[in-house]
Amino acid sequence: MTFKPENFLSKAVTQLPPSGIRKFFDIAAEMDDVISLGVGEPDFVTPWHIRDEGVYSLEKGHTHYTPNRGLSELRIEISNYMKRRFNLSYEPLTQTIVTVGGSEAIDIFLRSVIEPGDEVLIPEPSFVCYKPITQLCGGVAVPVLTTAEHSFKLTAEALSSAITEKTKVLVLPYPNNPTGGIMTKEDLEEIAEVIRKHDIMILSDEIYAELTYGRKHISIASIDGMYERTMVVSGFSKAYAMTGWRLGYACGHPDIITQMTKIHQYAIMSAPTTAQYAAIEALRNGDNDIEVMREEYDSRRKIIVSGFNSMGLDCFEPEGAFYAFPSIKSTGLSSGDFCEKLLYSNKVAVIPGTAFGDCGEGHIRCSYAYSLENINEALERIESFVKKVR
Amino acid sequence: MAEIKNAKKLVDILHKNCKLSLEQVATMADMTVPEVAAAIDALEANGTILGYGAVINWDKIQGKETVTAYIELQVSPQRHKGFNRLAERIYQFPEVKSLNLMSGNYDFGITVEASSIQEIAMFVSERLAPMESVLDTATHFVLKRYKSDGVIYDVPTDDDREVISL
Repeated sequence: MTFKPENFLSKAVTQLPPSGIRKFFDIAAEMDDVISLGVGEPDFVTPWHIRDEGVYSLEKGHTHYTPNRGLSELRIEISNYMKRRFNLSYEPLTQTIVTVGGSEAIDIFLRSVIEPGDEVLIPEPSFVCYKPITQLCGGVAVPVLTTAEHSFKLTAEALSSAITEKTKVLVLPYPNNPTGGIMTKEDLEEIAEVIRKHDIMILSDEIYAELTYGRKHISIASIDGMYERTMVVSGFSKAYAMTGWRLGYACGHPDIITQMTKIHQYAIMSAPTTAQYAAIEALRNGDNDIEVMREEYDSRRKIIVSGFNSMGLDCFEPEGAFYAFPSIKSTGLSSGDFCEKLLYSNKVAVIPGTAFGDCGEGHIRCSYAYSLENINEALERIESFVKKVR
Repeated sequence: MAEIKNAKKLVDILHKNCKLSLEQVATMADMTVPEVAAAIDALEANGTILGYGAVINWDKIQGKETVTAYIELQVSPQRHKGFNRLAERIYQFPEVKSLNLMSGNYDFGITVEASSIQEIAMFVSERLAPMESVLDTATHFVLKRYKSDGVIYDVPTDDDREVISL
């Protein structure tokens, strides 16, 4: 019999739409002299003292599995860190789990709580993984629109009108990729007020928590009544420039962590051992590294935002992460057309806002995790492109 | 002396890159262009900013033969003048690129540059060692430079990130 893969593939997977920018990505990767603002990761290399601890753990022969939930030393440090930075208390051994990036934490949380038909509220524009994971669980992803007029915050009104009897989880992706929007304590109080009237869990994706400018990140778990029903997921990638190490974690209610651990145990076994040793060093001695990198991002943020505004592309002032999300509506082009034409004619790679949800139309995501020289060159090329198309 | 607005922030920015335009420095420091210009003038006038230069790996420049030595100098301080009088006499020599008073086994740490080992040897034996109150010298020649003033002397590595990632 002839083998036909389509006879074997699950519908849930084949029905997932492929990433909308795959084709675009391939074109950009093939072109020469492309200058990119398209990357969603820090340009810094992991600070040397952290890399050195990873190397040292290999020298000492720490090459085995760790406990499923991660090294207890690391979980204790995660617990200390959450207390020190965000005033959240988690019992290290029962309320934390170390995962393969924040992504795995999101996956195993949603898989632990979503049943077919359950609705998951996802503020958009936002990172791309929440919807497909929800769908793989048989859940229904319900987008909740955020807009530049409201600084891309989730508002109590938008939340209230999206909640139904089937709503089980609210994803709270702040500081936000791609918009750079954040939620202040007051904003979170309003959200909490709505949540208190319903029985909903919160998946708070705080991977960019350390990268805020002007004010400190507040976790919704620290708002009255929200602690028990919030699963905080975060990781080392953005704060410590450790994307390639693939290390994240989740902190939350012990009964939910226990169930998440089962999936993690069967699918992953344990997060990479070398990365866990490096992460202990990051949490113990890395606060200053965060500060240095944040200051650098902040300078670039100001340059890129002022650059877009002065060429007539209105740019909301991002207060978190490392992305600017300017509006390109004044050019009359769609996001997709803008990005494709910009790539072909002026060789700059940026990402259409629509990659992060339909309501990203009219915007482009530009990362400022690049050197100032790179940003300046990209801004010049974008400006000359905008003059051409207007 | 009047306080200079954002002095620390400005010198941090300029120390990293003094080729930025005034407009860019102003944006980065949340200041206006005239404010930045005035602050930089003031920093120059009061001797905080002493000059602007490129960071060069001289090994890459052909025809420029430079030998660098690090010299430890033990001296006896002079009555009423301490170490300063002697420091003034040492730093006047153009061969002296840096001069620091040190704690520990010796007093002055001096970086000297010349076009040959012989020149440095002559400088030490004819200029430094004979000075009154110099007790002892130890000269160490630089064989290879790996990092200087925070800059690594190696070809910067390319950005190995993907062109696009979400």
